[in-house]
Amino acid sequence: MVLIFAEQADGHIKKASLEAVYYGSKLAAQLGTAAEAVVLGSADAAQLAALGQYGAQKVHHDNNTAFDQFDAQVYTRALVALAQQCGATVIVFSSNTTGRALAPRLSARLKAGLVNGAISLPDTSNGFVVKKNVFSGKAYAQVNLLTETKIIAISPNAFGATAGTGSAEVVAAQLPSAGGRIRVTGVEKVSGTVPLGEAELVVSGGRGLKGPEHWGIVEDLAGALGASLACSRPVADAHWRPHHEHVGQTGGAIAPNLYIAIGISGAIQHLAGVNRSKTIVVINKDPEAPFFKAADYGIVGDAFEVVPKLTEAVKKMKGLA
Amino acid sequence: MKILVCISKTPDTTAKIAFTDNNTKFADAGVQFIVNPYDEWYALVRALELKEAGLASHVTLVTVGGADVEPIIRKALAIGGDDAVRVNADSADSFFVASQIAAVASEGGYQLVLTGKETIDYNGSSIGGMVAELLDMPYVSLATKLDLAGNMASMVREIEGGEEKLECALPLVVSCQKGMAEQRIPNMKGIMGARTKPLTVKEPVAVDALTSVVGFELPPAKTGVRLVSADQPEELIRLLHEEAKVI
Ligand SMILES: Cc1cc2nc3c(=O)[nH]c(=O)nc-3n(C[C@H](O)[C@H](O)[C@H](O)COP(=O)(O)OP(=O)(O)OC[C@H]3O[C@@H](n4cnc5c(N)ncnc54)[C@H](O)[C@@H]3O)c2cc1C
Ligand SMILES: Nc1ncnc2c1ncn2[C@@H]1O[C@H](COP(=O)(O)O)[C@@H](O)[C@H]1O
Repeated sequence: MVLIFAEQADGHIKKASLEAVYYGSKLAAQLGTAAEAVVLGSADAAQLAALGQYGAQKVHHDNNTAFDQFDAQVYTRALVALAQQCGATVIVFSSNTTGRALAPRLSARLKAGLVNGAISLPDTSNGFVVKKNVFSGKAYAQVNLLTETKIIAISPNAFGATAGTGSAEVVAAQLPSAGGRIRVTGVEKVSGTVPLGEAELVVSGGRGLKGPEHWGIVEDLAGALGASLACSRPVADAHWRPHHEHVGQTGGAIAPNLYIAIGISGAIQHLAGVNRSKTIVVINKDPEAPFFKAADYGIVGDAFEVVPKLTEAVKKMKGLA
Repeated sequence: MKILVCISKTPDTTAKIAFTDNNTKFADAGVQFIVNPYDEWYALVRALELKEAGLASHVTLVTVGGADVEPIIRKALAIGGDDAVRVNADSADSFFVASQIAAVASEGGYQLVLTGKETIDYNGSSIGGMVAELLDMPYVSLATKLDLAGNMASMVREIEGGEEKLECALPLVVSCQKGMAEQRIPNMKGIMGARTKPLTVKEPVAVDALTSVVGFELPPAKTGVRLVSADQPEELIRLLHEEAKVI
């Protein structure tokens, strides 16, 4: 049986988890077994059943509100108990912030081989080999999971998730929840935009924009597209933009469908965070900027002239202007 | 209160990524190796700051690797730390490495174990969580801030679309990322001093790896950029809509 951890936040199942369920159901089909999801804490009943649209046959739900605060140690005990009760052979996570805290703990507890950052279904022709990102997106490794129980944490946005029809059977679970030592004292959400890691469209600015006062044109383009914002490291270091927008080797690693880089040179450390984007557009006034080598589309030109025109063109296409 | 900082060796961020031996080995000829940036800039420097503030008594560095990691651990010692332990074994997989670190941590009675967010070569983002589970300690991953008041740690960690503030009594394992501290450049005194700091070599505990890397591959090369004239931005939007189908 393939057990998929589906994460809720404020009662809603996260997008990254829908992708994990979708992957898990494909995997279960490949292995000829069942796909079942598990949700810990408060969750919207309709959303639980709707996991069936992504291929879950059954959803184990423990509605204990103790799980509404995340403590990796407590969650691990609960998931280990469930995995053992229902004889899970593969456990699937999204390799998002929660998954990266949980999957390694389960791996160590169950002595189950882990691949964190998976981008493929397993090749079972010779072992159980899953591809993962290594060298910050510059290569893939084929990792063979040598143990009977296996854990796969999938790279966000690597698969996408297509909703079909179907409804999952929701069963109540009672899992251990005691012994938590972590106390959450506050949560601050960046309001408005889609979290960068989940965004399908991203508009990003670099030092070529000269100063924070010029970000209006970037925000307008992102607004017209419905995209999230990102930036290069020097921009965050100079406090032109908040740190959570920094992408690259030392910032966030993202894989949106579209990444538009404005006034960013394309240093290797920047590319490390964005080179898994499906389509890359570069706007730079220097035709020799290294970013053009990694781009699908480009405009050689002055951002201050080009970007407002792009915004207008997007609005026109969408019938907004 | 003693802190254990996990230090790993990685290729320089600008290193060319290529493979040999039928794509089963990283081609390390001519490659410069560095201390993994997350371990050096954030985990190590924050541990040193906590000691300098009188909140920790001792900072030990630990690394799992063969003799080839000695220059890297000395480099880290030049930034700071009282002493270091090298577990003399090639890192077979994340679980193997985590088991070695957990053994060093429990023998030495460390109350706080710090790792980097991830290694920039394997990108496992796994060892901290595994160490925590092996030691039966709480784990806070992707922390951007860490403070201590006696036995109580307060932290900020990244969550999707924001951040979470949390508290936990020691002992504790934390994986560290940007925000936690500022990079420090080692000075001459640090570099000289690092040569004589105690570095203990320890033999590994016996554990089986749970995974093995069977090969590597490079992503397909980009076919080349398609340039659109700066005077026709609407053409770019059309291509994104009709050809790339991303908007
Ligand atoms: C260990 C390490 C880790 C690092 N991690 C990261 C990381 O995570 N993320 C990251 O981004 N960087 C990282 N860096 C830094 C990286 O090497 C580069 O210095 C950085 O990415 C450069 O940022 P930039 O492209 O915004 O600025 P610049 O390199 O200064 O480039 C600005 C670009 O804007 C263009 N430009 C100027 N004016 C205009 C205009 N009017 N219109 C259009 N284009 C214009 C210029 O031609 C130039 O290409 C790291 C470096 C190291 C050593
Ligand atoms: N060989 C090693 N020796 C000591 N610590 C390591 C080693 N490999 C990884 N680590 C630590 O574990 C963190 C996460 O590594 P990884 O799970 O491989 O991404 C790193 O940032 C280091 O702090």
